[in-house]
Amino acid sequence: MELGPYILLASLEGSVTAAVLALTAVGLSLVFGVMRVVNIAHGEFFMLGAVIAWYVAHAMGGHPAIGFVAALVLAPLLVGAIAVAADMTILKRIDYDPERTIVATIGLLYIIQQLTLMTYGPEARPVEAPFNQRIALPWFEWGEKGFEFYFPWGLSTTTYKLAVIGAAAVVLCGVWAMMTRTRIGLLMRATQADRDMALAFGIPVERVYALVFGIGAGLAALAAVLIVPIQQAHYLMGADPLLLSFIVVIIGGLGSLPGTVLAAVFIGLSDGIISVFFSPTLAKILATLLVGLVLVFRPQGLFGTRTA
Amino acid sequence: MSETQRILILHGGLLVLLFVLQFVLPAYHHGNLARIMVLATYAVGYNILFGYTGLLSLGHALFFAAGMYGMGLTIQHAGFTPAPALLVGLVAGALVSGALALLALRTAGVAFMIVTLMFAQAGYLTILYFGEYTRGDEGFVIQQAQRVLWGIDLSDPTNRYFAAWGLFGICLLISLWLVRAPFGRTLVAIRENEERVRMLGYDTFAHKLTAMVISGTIAAAAGAFYGLLFGYAGASFASVQYSIFPLLWVLLGGAGTVLGPFVGTLFMFYLIDLSSGITTAYMLIAGVVLVALTLFAPQGLTGELRRRVWRWLP
Repeated sequence: MELGPYILLASLEGSVTAAVLALTAVGLSLVFGVMRVVNIAHGEFFMLGAVIAWYVAHAMGGHPAIGFVAALVLAPLLVGAIAVAADMTILKRIDYDPERTIVATIGLLYIIQQLTLMTYGPEARPVEAPFNQRIALPWFEWGEKGFEFYFPWGLSTTTYKLAVIGAAAVVLCGVWAMMTRTRIGLLMRATQADRDMALAFGIPVERVYALVFGIGAGLAALAAVLIVPIQQAHYLMGADPLLLSFIVVIIGGLGSLPGTVLAAVFIGLSDGIISVFFSPTLAKILATLLVGLVLVFRPQGLFGTRTA
Repeated sequence: MSETQRILILHGGLLVLLFVLQFVLPAYHHGNLARIMVLATYAVGYNILFGYTGLLSLGHALFFAAGMYGMGLTIQHAGFTPAPALLVGLVAGALVSGALALLALRTAGVAFMIVTLMFAQAGYLTILYFGEYTRGDEGFVIQQAQRVLWGIDLSDPTNRYFAAWGLFGICLLISLWLVRAPFGRTLVAIRENEERVRMLGYDTFAHKLTAMVISGTIAAAAGAFYGLLFGYAGASFASVQYSIFPLLWVLLGGAGTVLGPFVGTLFMFYLIDLSSGITTAYMLIAGVVLVALTLFAPQGLTGELRRRVWRWLP
């Protein structure tokens, strides 16, 4: 394959990464924005979503689409419920102290991960996609006979991958609408702006926190259900999404939703294209260093605006 | 009995007890205790930054690995003998912690944690990237012939125990002296209220920088000795897990107490040792302990002891 089709393929794969990443990172960003805590266990909620999707799809049988749709509904709800429970039993009791929350969520990370290892086991298991037609993509070129197009070998995508991108866009619009157009979004924004004042106005801040934590985890689980037909469900799969979401949230500006989505697209695409040219390890080294340096020199993020 | 006498008797007593245990312990626990003392040294280093200065680092594995690889790589590829190799490990730890401190101390709170986490992760990936020299995850074995320090064979269990005891003793005493000196008092003051300390005319940045370099160098010493005493260096020692461990040990034993790191390491080591006999998912125990600690005993074991019984505990 020549370079041109190669880059097109890389950016297509990159958009799938970006779509899933945007969902995961928006969940993390929502939690950070409203609750001002960093949830280290976010990647494990992602992993739980994939594992639950496998269980559901496995239990339903019949056409793969039935199991998949059931997983799409059940996994985020279940994971969200687990997160709400964790919020009410642990985070609420340590009063959302930022540093103690990090320690507690590290503990939560190990608990979720190891319990999955004990029950689900160390195998990676696939979930079948509801539909999966291969689409060969044409490539245009100025040849000897003028303008022509042909189908290079290997340049293809699947309907499912395109559907993932579409679904992620719809969900993101839904989150945006919820935050800006509904009463619960208003309560969340009020809590984010000033917790004490919100409390004084009779907003049940603790319930808002529990809800936000649940929605954040649910978004990660939803992203995982979407990606699980492409990757496989494995108990250690939470580490990479966690790291990438961190990178995205920090570069996009902590707690800013549009910045997060923009950064997810940027990181997802560049991750796909960079790993064509460099080794994935080197790409990861550069990305982690970038995050560290951005936090040191531009703590408001590349797209954020400085507050206070 | 004055407070100083009590403190000296308690800490000296622990060191004497550990020295004597060498002659009575069965072989298995003897080996374990040597390992625990080296790891407790790592925790002592971590405690100086976290317990006394109040800076929560999630990247100490970087310093531990700097010591381990500074020592290991010079032995493996430059043909160094253990003494200069250990020195290289210490210098590497001091340099890396100094460089990271200069960057990370520009931030505070949650950002400090994430910056240290990210740089440690970059360090871990760098070790994997240069797998040709470091052998990546697989790691490399330091041969017995390369582990003879001044004619003492450190692969022998008795010598190993004494070396670990010596390292732990020195670092424990440094830590005890440090926190009772004016410098250490200033660190505690920074932990409690940094603005006020700055207002009183102290250079808080210089204090935090020094604390981080001391902490990183002790962690590097532990890493270098760990590699030398147990004859192995691998990338897993640079992973996030090894940044979490000292945090766990110190929290469990009691942050901001001199004995806490040792108590926590001892307790956690045997907890994991016993539970790994029952299940392969032994990190579950670590998770449960972390959550339980943040909920019920933020002071840790020694911290609770200080709160309830011995108020004079440093």
